[in-house]
Amino acid sequence: MSDTTHAPAKAAPHRTPRAYLWLAGSLLLLALPFYLDRFWLQAGLFAMAAAIGAIGLNLLTGATGQLSMGHSFFLAVGAYGYCVFAGESGEENGRQLTGLGLPTWLAVVLAVLLAGAAGGLFSPIAGRLRGAYLGIATLALIFIGQHVLFNAGDLTGGFNGRDVPVLSLFGFDFDDTEVVIAAVPFGSSEKLWYAGLFALLVGGLFARGVLRGRPGRAMNAIRDHRIAAGVMGVPVARYRAAVFVLSSMYAGLAGVLIALIFQRTVPDYFGMILALEYLAMIVIGGLGTVAGAVVGAAFVALLPQLLTHYSDSLPLVADPGSGGVTPGEASRYLYGAAIVAVVLFLPGGLTRLSVPMVRRFSREKS
Amino acid sequence: MTTFVELLLGGLSMGSVYALIALGFVVIFKATEVVNFAHASLLLAGGYVTAVLHDDIGFWPALGVGIAGAAVVGSAVEYTVMRRYRGADHSVLAIVTIGVDILLTTELTRRIGTDVLALGDPWGDKLLTVGDITIAQTRVAAFVAAALLITVFLLAFRYTTWGVSMRAAAENPQTAALMGVRLGRVSLSAWAVAGSLAAVAALFLTVFPTPGLERATSLAALKAFPAAILGGLDSTTGALAGGLIVGVTESFATGYQSDLTFLGRGFGDLAPYLVMVAVLLIRPAGLFGTKELARV
Repeated sequence: MSDTTHAPAKAAPHRTPRAYLWLAGSLLLLALPFYLDRFWLQAGLFAMAAAIGAIGLNLLTGATGQLSMGHSFFLAVGAYGYCVFAGESGEENGRQLTGLGLPTWLAVVLAVLLAGAAGGLFSPIAGRLRGAYLGIATLALIFIGQHVLFNAGDLTGGFNGRDVPVLSLFGFDFDDTEVVIAAVPFGSSEKLWYAGLFALLVGGLFARGVLRGRPGRAMNAIRDHRIAAGVMGVPVARYRAAVFVLSSMYAGLAGVLIALIFQRTVPDYFGMILALEYLAMIVIGGLGTVAGAVVGAAFVALLPQLLTHYSDSLPLVADPGSGGVTPGEASRYLYGAAIVAVVLFLPGGLTRLSVPMVRRFSREKS
Repeated sequence: MTTFVELLLGGLSMGSVYALIALGFVVIFKATEVVNFAHASLLLAGGYVTAVLHDDIGFWPALGVGIAGAAVVGSAVEYTVMRRYRGADHSVLAIVTIGVDILLTTELTRRIGTDVLALGDPWGDKLLTVGDITIAQTRVAAFVAAALLITVFLLAFRYTTWGVSMRAAAENPQTAALMGVRLGRVSLSAWAVAGSLAAVAALFLTVFPTPGLERATSLAALKAFPAAILGGLDSTTGALAGGLIVGVTESFATGYQSDLTFLGRGFGDLAPYLVMVAVLLIRPAGLFGTKELARV
């Protein structure tokens, strides 16, 4: 059995350089808020939130082979769930909004659980369907989500959305009141940066644990040969439903983080384009691994920001509204093409590039 | 009662248009086992070509060019992308079509911008009145054209050499190839047929009472997905039934909206998806889809 599943190769001899790489990388990430300005921190935060969501989708689509086009629905559940749990009831933009006014840390936990529960409600479908059937069935979630977001005005604020309460942990507010640390003023982006890093780290490690352990083997077995997996005693329907729930919880956490970054949630954001972006992330980065999700998320989330920032000096990219190709469109061309190119020429995604080509070729020959 | 009949007829007419789109979708799936998420963008391409050309060369030639254009785009996607994939996993190919869809839709919506393009159809906003019942001429035209095309397609599928090779390839590609069926041509023609059917559907999705071809047209085209799924992805009958169900559901949900206010505004757009979810709960392979059986 062990040679048919995709067991991660033990890279024991290369432990040390990799450990140094990790150390340098984490030090760099921890130091960045002291050097970058707000724009880049926001971009980085988006990439982190996207990475958490993409890890969830990669568990579902990459590792278990269940296509989901409804990921943005669960992001919306997380984002709006947080707003409702943490927000106060009151009037905003002339609209009466309901909020439970719970402590914000509890609201985060509840929002993630709510996203999981929403995924669980979908389990009669998620457990039974696969492939394109599930993909299109999850498409329904996006339309249901949009409909609810626009119509349940007293919860979601309707078209205009609603404000996101500031996260507060043990009396420490993640807001714009400036705290000066080492002569650097810390605003919301700088503070959230560390919260985001922590969430990403925990989410990544947990997903890695799931993938490397018994559940991961079972999930890969379901993806590679559903019937054989069933014969070997993997409860296929239960696993599919469970992975769906887990992936929606990741999406919920990503949604909370995105809401905190935006400081305002609007329904338009959680549409189909967002769901397609998440699929693009995991395909471009590499299906079925945590690293793939993170790399892909960084690629897809940072690309529009990079193009916007440097649109003056880039050929072919014009400012929004001037009739040419806008940065948003340019980045969509790029990752649309990247999906096609990666699947055709680089199965395994961008993370495969890190393996030295020579070693890969020599292994293929032997 | 009159309202009911009018809504039913309108729904059937829209349903036949959805059936056209879903049929193309099913044809590609049967011939190549690929789920084509780029279908909405093929439709947009056909509609766009027609909209741009109709002023210069007249409506019918423009429609012809639009149909041919969508067929060419479809074949081009098959030839340049689908055929290059060497792996065996068809769900990965479905993701590739999403990439293609992102590319095509971005390009087309950028060209369309915020405009609403007219397709210059000869029916305009004229109405047809029979007894108490009033229905737009475009709806009648849509139903007749769709019925005609579907009949021609089904006959061709049943009796021509092309249809036989298509069905053989769907049944068992290896055997078909050994019998001399050229699988490359089969899948190329499937994409071309799907493209041209989508282009015709684009015309009827954008005529009166809808304002014209706009960005949101691709969203309307998406409703063919639930149509294809609830009928069963591998069944042409299913595509027809699914299309009609989606059309009629949408028509009733929109028409009786004032009685359904508790469900919120815009419920008509959502109804087809809810019907699909309900059907999938009971029959996971769709109404007419082949249930997958496996001997272990």
